[in-house]
Order: sequence, then C-alpha cells, then structure tokens
Amino acid sequence: MSSPHLIFKDIDEPGLNTLDVYLKRGGYENLKKALQMPPEGVTEELLQSNLRGRGGAGFAMGKKISFLPQGQMDKYVVCNADESEPGTFKDRELMQKIPHLLIEGLLIAGYAAGATKSFIFIRGEYAEQAEILEKAVEEARAAGYIGANILGSVHTQDLWVHRGAGAYICGEETGLLDSLEGRRGNPRLKPPFPANQGLYQGPTLINNVETLATAPLIIEMGGAEYAKLGAENSTGTKLVSVSGNVTNPGNFEIELGMKSRDIIEGLAGGVPEGRKIKFWFPGGSSSPVLTPEELDLPYDFDTMAKAGSMLGSGAIIVVDDSNSVVDVALKLAKFYKHESCGKCSPCREGTNWTVKMLQRIDTGVATPMDLDILESVQQQIMGNCLCVLGDAMAMPLSSMVNKFREEFEEHIELAREADPYPEEAVA
Amino acid sequence: MSDATTRDNIFNPVVPIATPPAEIVPAAPTQQRIAAFKDEAPRYADGSRVPGWDDPVDLTKDPATIPDPATTPVPEALRAEIEGLLPRYPDPKSASIPALAAAQRVHGWCSPTAIEQVACVMQLTPAYLIAVASFYDMLDTKPVGRCRVYVCTNISCSLNGADALLDAIQGELNEGDDVHARGFECLGACDIAPMASIDGTYVGPISLDEVPTLVDQIRKGEEPLPEKQLLKRPSVDPEANG
Repeated sequence: MSSPHLIFKDIDEPGLNTLDVYLKRGGYENLKKALQMPPEGVTEELLQSNLRGRGGAGFAMGKKISFLPQGQMDKYVVCNADESEPGTFKDRELMQKIPHLLIEGLLIAGYAAGATKSFIFIRGEYAEQAEILEKAVEEARAAGYIGANILGSVHTQDLWVHRGAGAYICGEETGLLDSLEGRRGNPRLKPPFPANQGLYQGPTLINNVETLATAPLIIEMGGAEYAKLGAENSTGTKLVSVSGNVTNPGNFEIELGMKSRDIIEGLAGGVPEGRKIKFWFPGGSSSPVLTPEELDLPYDFDTMAKAGSMLGSGAIIVVDDSNSVVDVALKLAKFYKHESCGKCSPCREGTNWTVKMLQRIDTGVATPMDLDILESVQQQIMGNCLCVLGDAMAMPLSSMVNKFREEFEEHIELAREADPYPEEAVA
Repeated sequence: MSDATTRDNIFNPVVPIATPPAEIVPAAPTQQRIAAFKDEAPRYADGSRVPGWDDPVDLTKDPATIPDPATTPVPEALRAEIEGLLPRYPDPKSASIPALAAAQRVHGWCSPTAIEQVACVMQLTPAYLIAVASFYDMLDTKPVGRCRVYVCTNISCSLNGADALLDAIQGELNEGDDVHARGFECLGACDIAPMASIDGTYVGPISLDEVPTLVDQIRKGEEPLPEKQLLKRPSVDPEANG
C-alpha cells in the first residue's frame, strides 16, 4: 500500500523551510532546467503529465496555461493559498514545511505563462505559515530567484505574499481575484475566464498551492514519467487530509487510485474503538456524502465523480455512528450561509432558508414535507449562480437527505414528541 | 363566489382565488422555539432585520470624502507600513485589506479613526474601506478585545467537541479580560481538532481540563500550551520521513 512520496519526501527535515537546506537537496535545479527550455516546452511537459488541479476543480494545469494569450503583455500568476474548504489542511503543511517548493513552482509556471508579476494569496488565518512563506520569499529574492532576469535568463518575475482576511469565498478563483484587487470578494461571471480577463482584467494563471508545487517535480522527472503514476486520467500523487472521527488525522501523500478504505482505516487509523463509519465526505464538506459500502472505491477524480460525489480538494471527513446526520447537516448549512457573499439570489436566499428549515427540523416544528421543500430549494440553487458556493451546500445536503431520509424523519418525529404543542383554545 | 375574489388583468385572467378555510389554525409553537428563531433574526429599531440601517444618518454633515492628509494625523509606523505595501501592486487599491489589517493591529479594531487613517494614506473614501472591512471575518468593525481567540466550530472540529470547547473558553473568561473569543469557520487545522487560534498561533487538540490553564496563559500573554502548538507537530504520514 506504499505510495511514492514526491512532495512529502523527508518533509520534517530540520530547516527545510530555509533556502540553504532546500538548495542542498537540489532545490531550484528544476527552475534552472525549465529556464533552459523554451516556455512552450515547459507547458508541453505539464500537458504530458496530465496534472489535474489539486484545489478542487481538477482542471488540467497544462491546458489552463495554454489558454493564456501569447505575446508581450502584463500577465499574472496567482497562487490560491486560501485553503478554506472545511476538512482541508494539506496546503498548510506544504507551505509551512517546504515553502521553496511552492516558490520554485510559481516561477516555473510564470515562465511557461510569460507572466511578470505573481502573488501568493494566503488566507489571513494562516499567520504562522504566511510568516514562514514571507521569509522564504525574501531569501529567494535575495538569492536572485525572484526579480529581473532570473538566473541570467530573459525571464523577469516579481512575487509577493498577500494575506487575506477571513472569507471562504476568496478561495473561489474569481472571488480571490476581486479580493486581491482590494474589493469585497464577490465572484465574477465566467466566461470570461481568468486566463483572458483575470487580475486587473489581464490574463491570469491561477492555481492551487499543491498544483504549483508539483511543477518542479514534473520538470525533474518529465511529464510522461509523472503520468505513469496514479490512475488513468488522475495521474500522479495527491496530498489527502483526513479528519473527523479518525484516530490518526493528518495529511498523507497517496498515489491516486488508492482504495479509500486503505486511506481511512489504514493510514488514518479508522474510527475509534467500538464505533462504525456512518458516512464520509470524500472531497471536503462540499462533496456529496458516501456510505460505508463505498469505502472500497479507488480514490481518484473519475471514480468519485461516477459515484455521485467528487474528489474535490482531497479532504476526507469521516463521521461515525455517534453523530446525528441532522446535526452535521445543520452545521454545514450554517457554514455556507455565513460564507455566502450575497451576490446571487439563489445562494443568498437559499442558504438562509436551508438553515431555517433545518432548524425547524431540529426543533420539531417541521413535517416530512419540509424535507421535500428542502430538496427542491437545493435543486433550485444548483447551477443557477455565478459560483459554486451554493452548489457546495446543495450537493452534500441533498445527498444527506436522500441517503438518510429515515433518520431525518425519525428526528422530526422525536423532536415533535419531545416538545408537544400546548393544548390551547383558539379564539 | 364573491366578486372580490376574482382578478381581471392581462397577467391573470379571471380566476377564482380561494380563501383559506377559517377552521385551520396553525398550532402555536412553544416559547422556546419562538425565542430560538427570534435570536437568529433579530429586529432593529425601525423594524428592519438589517443591522446598521437604524443608525441615524447625520443629515447636517456632508458625505465623508477622502481625508485630507493635512488635517488627518496618522502614526508614522502605520503610514510607513501601508506605504511599503503600495508599490507591490500594479493597482495600489489592492493594498486595502493588508492596510486595514495593519490599522487593526494598531487600534485594536477597524475603528472610525483607523478607517480614516488608512483612507488618508491610501487616498480612498472611508465608505469604500468600511464596505471592504465589513465583508471579512478577521476585520472587526465593532470594538472587541485585543487578543483574538478563534475557536474553530466547523464540521471536523465539531465532531471532536469544539462547541463544548468554545463554551468552556468563553465561560472561563471574565468581563474585564481584553480577549475576544469567538467561534470561527474551518481554520485548516482539522488534524488537531478541537483547536483554537490565539492571535494566529494554532494550538490543539485542546481538552476541556486544559482550558483554565490556556485562558490563564492568554490573560498573561504567555505562550499558549507550548507542547500543543501546531508548528511543533511532525507529519503523521508513515512514509513522509524515510
């Protein structure tokens, strides 16, 4: 059940976050190698690797770079380090322990895209990681890896760390761009996509931390070699964050296609003694839930999609049988209601009403018909907004109501019985 | 069918409108449930559910314009910090959020003075900055305690007892403590659930019997639970370290 460890190789080496130690293990050699290739050559390697975005959408990185227009103009590379998807904490460990890998990846991607300015948008809550990253950026700048004519090449690229201030929606790529422009983080209509009109309306490549950190590894081993790892159409390794009711929560680097059971019960230790898995989220809290019967499915993009869920950010949340599905649903709905930016009516109103309906279900003033109304609200949110925050609530909630309907109905009955209506004579 | 129940217009041809039968009377929910719903959607002075709309507008004043540097005193350190951020971006407005965060560190919250100072240095209107500040959870537009304790109460931490942890921490704090302890959304530390971020330092897993010690350390400004800090935690991946 062993997986090749490309990113997490000797991750706890002391001082790995410093330039000296990073250079000793061959750091920035891949940047040198990339700068000696033409930019199209770098893009070709990334296309051959079939690396899919590691932030949640899973869009092929090489294809994304090829969407940027060619030619001399102000182009930008933005690293989406606003890791706010509940259950996800893989980028945190990467940025904290090996920040130079991310910086090198940003420079390689910037060279391939022809970008001159790059930013790392890191969530404000990751203050410690932001500090480590800022120090690493200054080290790289002082050593000449960032700035004008990097390593004597024609490529010029500036890099700054930008801290966010606490908003889940700023993890959405266009919400991030609006926030980076100094505004409220409201997402934009797509098309036009950031590759054409992104930051300051210029062509922008925006990628997740892990995706960019994989770029140096692909340059090192070659795109075709990387594509041999993993599963068909889900190449390579993935950092997976496992949390919830497991005995050994944490980040694990796995080869895509590994059985989900081996990840949850093998690496993460499974649920505590005496309990059973009730359901699990394969891709963060925004993914439809799966049942214990689906634990033997391989963990890759296509299998999860075929099972009616998604790989998403690669964050597995395990819920055991000591928890009520109604509690989990209400907790989730409150999160999405809080984080809705308010721009689109179906999401702004839908998240609000979903919370209210779930509260009615929880306190016993609901009937089973409320479950049908809840489901219909979720259907009316999905696909009707500028971004997928509304869908991110609607999909898991819908799956929970469908797969655990008896439990919801039982909860409604028990709650009503626990607090019977007072017998009042009405005038 | 009375005439009053029909409608006659281009949108709705003459269609009888049924009136609900008089006998169906919804049962009255108990006072507890009424209270729960009332708490969730409070009403403000003029009956609206939107906070701030009942703040009276001072009609004797003109709308606030970009503050004049000549009449707006700004602490030198804050000015230097914000001006250091501006050249990083092709559009200096991008520095709004880091600048507001810097002002919040100086003033304790995004107070009207703080907003005015940032507006003065960046040459923006205070209204623009308030619009931005009110969007983000980490920027406080109301006065709160200086030390910020964020207890994650999202799904993974909640499955590990985060709600009880938040109650315990808030219960342990006193009125006079300059500490703002609140629930927060997923802080990206689900592996140390249940956890808290004390002014950016991630600490966890915190057990309920450690709460008095933790709160005491917070009050005194000491390192919170040093052996439980995230930065010191090695990887749990069995193959991560050869």
